[in-house]
Amino acid sequence: MKSISVTIDGTRITVPEGTTVLDAAKKAQIKIPTLCYHPDLPPVSACRLCVVEIAGDRLLRTACSWQCRDGMEISTKSALVRDSRKMALELLLSRHPMKCTECVRNGSCELQDVADLLGIRENPFEYRERKGELDLSSASIVRDPSKCILCRRCIQTCEMVQSVSAIGLEGRGYDVWVDTPFGKGIADTPCVSCGQCIDRCPVGALYETSHVDRVWRALDNPQKHVVIQTAPAVRVAISEEFGLEPGKLTTKQMVAGLKRLGFDRVFDTNFTADLTIIEEGHELLGRLKKGGKLPMLTSCSPGWINFIEHFFPELLPHVSSCKSPQQMFGALAKTYYAQKFGIDPKDVFSVSMMPCTAKKYEADRPEMNASGYQDVDAVLTTREVAVMMKQIGIDLPNMHEEEYDDPLGVSTGAAVIFGNTGGVMEAALRTVYEVVTEKPLDDIEITAVRGMEGIREAEIDLAGTKVKAAVANGLYNARQLLDKIVAGTADYHFIEIMACPGGCIGGGGQPIPTSQEIRAKRTEAIYTEDRAYELRKSHENPAVQLLYKEFLGEPNGHKAHELLHTHYTAKSQYQPDSAA
Amino acid sequence: MSDLNRIDQIVAGYQSTQSPLIYILKDVQKEFGHLSEPVLTRVAEATRIPLSEIYGVATFYSLFTTKPKGQHIVRCCNNAPCWVNGSKDVLEKIKEYLEIETGETTEDGSFTLEFTSCLGLCAVAPVMMVDEQVYGNLTPEKAVAILRDFKTKGSANA
Ligand code: FES
Repeated sequence: MKSISVTIDGTRITVPEGTTVLDAAKKAQIKIPTLCYHPDLPPVSACRLCVVEIAGDRLLRTACSWQCRDGMEISTKSALVRDSRKMALELLLSRHPMKCTECVRNGSCELQDVADLLGIRENPFEYRERKGELDLSSASIVRDPSKCILCRRCIQTCEMVQSVSAIGLEGRGYDVWVDTPFGKGIADTPCVSCGQCIDRCPVGALYETSHVDRVWRALDNPQKHVVIQTAPAVRVAISEEFGLEPGKLTTKQMVAGLKRLGFDRVFDTNFTADLTIIEEGHELLGRLKKGGKLPMLTSCSPGWINFIEHFFPELLPHVSSCKSPQQMFGALAKTYYAQKFGIDPKDVFSVSMMPCTAKKYEADRPEMNASGYQDVDAVLTTREVAVMMKQIGIDLPNMHEEEYDDPLGVSTGAAVIFGNTGGVMEAALRTVYEVVTEKPLDDIEITAVRGMEGIREAEIDLAGTKVKAAVANGLYNARQLLDKIVAGTADYHFIEIMACPGGCIGGGGQPIPTSQEIRAKRTEAIYTEDRAYELRKSHENPAVQLLYKEFLGEPNGHKAHELLHTHYTAKSQYQPDSAA
Repeated sequence: MSDLNRIDQIVAGYQSTQSPLIYILKDVQKEFGHLSEPVLTRVAEATRIPLSEIYGVATFYSLFTTKPKGQHIVRCCNNAPCWVNGSKDVLEKIKEYLEIETGETTEDGSFTLEFTSCLGLCAVAPVMMVDEQVYGNLTPEKAVAILRDFKTKGSANA
């Protein structure tokens, strides 16, 4: 690519053609304030905080979207630039409630940061409330339009990353606001509860439905036996909430922290991830043998399940009937575990720690009560667990190390990679290959399904049968694959779909911010964790083997079907509450 | 109210038009009076454009309405030239006469009162529009007389 040179505040630098002023400034170590810009999304230039002056140009330009031209002279600090930025920010602040101490984003708010950066100490403009009502309709996501700064990142995310378009910009001019159609509340839209909008929100206008109080009440109740399961992806991210670099592993400190919080047992969703592989692997083999619906689609990601129920109900027979690891765990905690240890299942309070907001919706699904009780009682995001730890003074990086409890804390490396896009596929192939060929897999790292591209494909030779696999992350990419299935042009056998970019490590319940760079670091940490396991194939998990022997019987057997499998509901994208 | 199937016909008529949404909404509003939830949902189904986007367009343009409106639409100019020539008094009098605020519809459904931006008739300010007709050089009394006229005409038609 052609190189060009520009001067920013007197410093001359060379950048590739097409570089934005914002990126060029970054290269010159000059920080330009931004609010509506997000590295995952194309710039909309709505906030005008990033304006710069360009010699010879009559107008100020927004650095996030303006491209450098050869010889350009840019000022990021002239009086005009400073005044304009300040006024743009003051106007935004004049429509923000400024109840910072009551806000979930206190301390992680981009508006606070930028106000600090620009040295705002007072505001000449009078406060005027924003239009729109607090939306508590969803089991996963709360919308508070009064805090919205109209950056539009949530709308872009919902449309471009997820192809859901549950929310839009309504009205115009001074009274424009972000809303659902006819202001009916997010539960009345095809929202899939993925929470990617929460991750992109610079302020506290979007956040998860909190289960923190619910969990504290259970922990405080001596009658309750409170167990927690932790998803694969949370262990590579929670350290970020305590100021550590992304990708820093603190699994054992996290376990110690959870014990300090008062959980009676700290278990691992990895245990049921291994179990999922056994069940789903056998289901796939069954479909291949008996000519069942193919391609088979994975079912671990609840945002993805919501998506297919709303947008492609005709494809539901393709979805594996396996519950997600969270729900398998919930069903077993109140049956197998309770029986084995002589605990009355009604006293078991089952909590999960998830990188995901859609898991809250999933836990609330009425059909998820195979144990005779609601299988999962509360779902905490990675962020919420960090809040609870901080409430009682736990400083994670300085915690001692502890191990997961037996038996539902035993797992393999195949389970931990569930946190990454491609991980479920890789874990399944590690097992399916050995079950079918009865030979050990030479290289268990199936790198063809790894990576960050939206859609990836691989072909695996299973004793003469070629299995064609595809992996998609982000629902926009998933939609491309589904369109192919509808058109009859998809010749895959097995497709893994995760709703969030990068998979669960980039989930909507993970520490904020998340970006391509941060996702890559968390992904690497997951693979590091996998390599540290002695056992790296799900079918080698001794606790899972014992579970079949003592309790479940055969994979895909009667009991397994009762507890570990589910069914789906076709829904309309327009009247989401009623079945289509 | 018209049959929702009409919407499919309207949409089909714009099959070869690029970015047809505004034309479709215009025709649909003409047919149904306003862009209600069932109506826009049908437009979304027929065009395969997300409902949130359609709703955004419907609320952006002031000539589209998602709520039922009165038989006559009264639009008072609220820009500076009309203002300095007394549009405020005119507006107050109209509100008093119709017993509604701007943005509302009278109980009998005969009038909806709205603001409009400059109509380019500042020479005869203050100005208002009733349906497609423009009235200038208004005084509070003149405005009320015009509306009274519409009322009697309206009931004569009914
Ligand atoms: S960051 Fe450039 S306009 Fe908002």
